[in-house]
Amino acid sequence: MTTTTSRRESVAAPAAPPKGRARRLRQDWWIYLFLLPTVLGYGAYTVYPLLASWWYAFLDWPGFAGAGTFIGLENFERLIGDDLFWNAFWNSLVFLVIAVPLRVGLALALALVLNARKTPFKGFFRTLFFLPVVTTGAIVGVVFTLLLDASGPVSLSLVWSGLIDSPENFAANAGTSLYAGIAVWVWKWLGITLIYWLAALQTIPQGVHEAAMIDGAGAWAEFRHVTMPLLVPFLVIITLIDTVAAFNVFDLMQTLTGGGPSFSSEVIEIFIFRTAFQANVPQLGYASAAAVLFGLLTMVLAVAQALGMRWARGRRGES
Amino acid sequence: MTLRLRRPSVRQVVTVVLLLVLGGLWVYPFVWLVSASLKTSSEIFGSGLGLLPEEPVWENYARAWSEVGFATYFVNTLVITVGTVLLVVVRSALAGYVLGRYDFIGKKFLIGLFLVTFFLPEGYTIIPITQLTDQLRLLNTHTGVILGLGAGGQIASTLLYAGYFRRLPKELEETARLDGAGPLTVFFRVMLPLAWPITATVVILTYLFAWNVYLLPLVFTLSEPDLRTLAVGMTVFVGERGTDWSGMAAAAVISLIPVIAVFVALQRKFVDSIAGAVKQ
Repeated sequence: MTTTTSRRESVAAPAAPPKGRARRLRQDWWIYLFLLPTVLGYGAYTVYPLLASWWYAFLDWPGFAGAGTFIGLENFERLIGDDLFWNAFWNSLVFLVIAVPLRVGLALALALVLNARKTPFKGFFRTLFFLPVVTTGAIVGVVFTLLLDASGPVSLSLVWSGLIDSPENFAANAGTSLYAGIAVWVWKWLGITLIYWLAALQTIPQGVHEAAMIDGAGAWAEFRHVTMPLLVPFLVIITLIDTVAAFNVFDLMQTLTGGGPSFSSEVIEIFIFRTAFQANVPQLGYASAAAVLFGLLTMVLAVAQALGMRWARGRRGES
Repeated sequence: MTLRLRRPSVRQVVTVVLLLVLGGLWVYPFVWLVSASLKTSSEIFGSGLGLLPEEPVWENYARAWSEVGFATYFVNTLVITVGTVLLVVVRSALAGYVLGRYDFIGKKFLIGLFLVTFFLPEGYTIIPITQLTDQLRLLNTHTGVILGLGAGGQIASTLLYAGYFRRLPKELEETARLDGAGPLTVFFRVMLPLAWPITATVVILTYLFAWNVYLLPLVFTLSEPDLRTLAVGMTVFVGERGTDWSGMAAAAVISLIPVIAVFVALQRKFVDSIAGAVKQ
C-alpha cells in the first residue's frame, strides 16, 4: 500500500491522509472524468426531468413548440375536480393492490414446488414460465386482444367448460377490462418473480431443512415456521420491486385495451400519455401536474422501500 | 445410475401433471400465435379452438415483412438496442469502477441520489425528456432514442459494477500502475476485462429492456413512422390495417424470434443474471 512511486499520486489516494478538499479534488480529477458520462446523462435524463415536471405542473403549455404560461395552481385545482384523473389514479391503485400480491404469491408457490429436491424437470418448467418475460410487452398486449376476443380461445373454452353462458370479450368489457389487464400482466411477469424467489430460496442453508426433518416437521409446518421467517426479508424486497414494476404497465395496457372501454382500464400512465401526446391540443402542463401528483404516491412508496430495505438488511444480517 | 430405475412417486406424478397444466397456460399463447400467423384472417376467428391451419398461409410472413416496413423497424430496433447497450455498459462500468473502489468528495451524495430515483416510473419523466430531446434537435433520430433510453436511469447496472469491482483485490491495478499505466489504461486493459461476468449481466438486462421498450420510442417517433421500432410498429400495424390479423400475427412472430432465440441460447446466463441481480 505504500507504493506512491507511480506517475500519478492518486493511486494511493485512499491511503494518503486527506489534506484539504481542494487538493483532493485536484488529485482525484480522473475519478470525476470516469463519472462524467453518468453524471451528465443522469443529470439530464433523470434529475432534470424530476425537477422540471414540478415546474411544468404550474404552466399552461399547449405544445413543445411554445413556452407555456405560468398559471399557478390551476392545473392542480382542475385535476382535483377531474373525474377521469381520479378514475385513472384509482385504476392504478386497484391494479397495484390486486396484481402485485397475485404475482408475488403465485411466484412463491411455484418457486417452492420448483425448489423441492424431488420435483423433476425443474429447468424445463423454469424456462417455460420465463418465456413471456423476454417477450415484448406491446406484442403481448396485441396478441391477448385476440386471445380474449369473444370468438377467441379464452372465451370459447370458458363457454365450452360451462363457466360462462355466452361468449364474452374480456378486454372490451368495461366490467372486466382492468382485471383482464391484471391477469395478462401477472402471466407476463410471473417468471421473473419466480427467479427472484428461487434465488431467495437458495440462500436458505440445506442444514435448516434437515434439522426440520429430524424434528419431524411436516412440509407445511416447515414452511410456516422455518422457511417463511427466513424469506420475510426477501418478501419485502421482491414486493417492492414488483410494486414499482406495476407502475410501468403502459405498454401492456395501451396495446391490450387502450385504457378503454370508456376509460375503465385507464391507468395513470395512459392518462399522462393521452393528455400530453394524444390530445388535439397537447396539455403538457396538465399532464405534468398529474405526473407530479402520481409521483407523490411513488415517493411514499420509495420511503417505504428505503425503510423496508434497511429493515430487511438488518434481518438478514442477524440471521 | 439407480436414479433412472427408480419409479416416480405418486406425489411426483401429481406435481408434474399440475405443472404441465399450468405450464400449458404459459405456452399456449405462443403456440396460438404461431398458428394464427399461418391462417387466413377469417380462419383465425372462425376455426374455434383448432390450432392446425387448414393450409399454412406463408404469404402472411412475406406481407408482414415487406408491406408494412417491418424490415425497417427491425433495423431501427437493432440500431437502438446496440447503441443503448454500448452506452449503458461503458458509462455504468466507468462509474461503477470509481464508486466501488475509491472515496471521493461527492460520493455519498451521488449514491443517495441514485437510491432516491431508483424506482422512478417511466411515465413521470417522459414529458421533460421529450422536451429536452426536442431542444437538442434529437427528436425523431436514433441518437435521441438511444440517449433517452441509456443516458439516465440504469442505476442497477452501475451498482452491479460497483459491487463487483469492490471485491477485486487491490494488487491487480497497482502492478499495472507501477508499469506506468494511467487510470484509463488500467481500467480498459485490466479492470473491464476482469468484470466480464457483470458485463454479460448488464448486456443481457439492457438488451431485454431496449428491445422491448415501448413508451419512449412511441413518443419519440410519433411524427416519423420510418423510425419506429418493432414494438411500436406492431401496434401501428393493428391500427392502420384493422382487419389484417394474420399479418399482425406473422409480424409478432418475426419480432419475437430474436429475443426468444437469444434467450434459449443463453438461458442459464439469463436466469443467473437476474438471480444474481436480486441477491445483490
